[in-house]
Amino acid sequence: MITGLAFYVFSAILLGSAAMVVTSRNPVHSVLFLILAFFNAAALFLIAGAEFLAMILVIVYVGAVAVLFLFVVMMLDVDFVALREGLQRYAPVGATVGAVLFFELLSVLFGWQMSADAPVLRLSQIPSNLQNTRAIGQVLYTDYILLFQLSGLILLVAMIGAIVLTHRDRHTTRRQDITRQQQRRVSDTLEILQIRSGAGVQETGIYRPKPKPKPEPALAQADGHAQISGEH
Amino acid sequence: MPQGALAIGLGHYLTVAAILLVLGVFGIFLNRKNVIVILMSVELILLAVNLNLVAFSSALNDLAGQILAMFVLTVAAAEAAIGLAIVVVYFRNRGSIEVEDVNLMKG
Repeated sequence: MITGLAFYVFSAILLGSAAMVVTSRNPVHSVLFLILAFFNAAALFLIAGAEFLAMILVIVYVGAVAVLFLFVVMMLDVDFVALREGLQRYAPVGATVGAVLFFELLSVLFGWQMSADAPVLRLSQIPSNLQNTRAIGQVLYTDYILLFQLSGLILLVAMIGAIVLTHRDRHTTRRQDITRQQQRRVSDTLEILQIRSGAGVQETGIYRPKPKPKPEPALAQADGHAQISGEH
Repeated sequence: MPQGALAIGLGHYLTVAAILLVLGVFGIFLNRKNVIVILMSVELILLAVNLNLVAFSSALNDLAGQILAMFVLTVAAAEAAIGLAIVVVYFRNRGSIEVEDVNLMKG
């Protein structure tokens, strides 16, 4: 009784907010209605007995995906008024396609019946003595371990793809340039000199660093600074 | 056992999911220019799919539907991340997100 009333309330809010998502003028409102729709869908999941999926839906969609949408909508300086131009032009086409699809789905809904051997074909029956989360864990990490790891791989690829797409190189980091390394020759950096025996480095012209124009005061100043900073 | 209209069965869930899916498809047609709302409509369609999977899982007493719904959730999250990254890059290059202009790659 209460469950039935709750189902009707939650599904009404879900469908209403979904309609607002697609027809709202402001995309920020669309995202907020999307969050409301996900919350109500999570409530419907709870009524159906899928508690773990309901919580995952709230965490993943409301916590991650909807906030991501909100970030993008608010960060991009998009002229949303210009995007609304062709609305009246596309509305009849969309309504027609939607109506056709809806009546096809309705005809399926009233024409289908459960196969007689459907209970035999069940892959993993819900154990009656376990909680939903524990039951999911017991099959997810055993029977569906390959799918589980593949979904992790999908998330990894998506993460790498998103980073590669949006990463901007601002040339603030020093990183290895292999082509430059390979094209570097010995003559670019190294000079071979014949040094006469007994000659100082200053005579041969390879004294580095080169002596300053006025060495005496500059050196004294530098020494003074060094001493002061050394004392500190 | 069934107490009139307030007894919730598989048919109720399937009806709600069907309406939700139709709303998502309608949203794709309605917002042909705004790619962000199109992505949100795709999320609505995937939510309808998840609702169907959970309803059948509950009706058949089979856990496989909930597992599959979880994988659909994973793929939907990955799709949203990649889609929004593409939107950001496209906006950076063109200064707008009108998807009707995305015909640079046509042969």
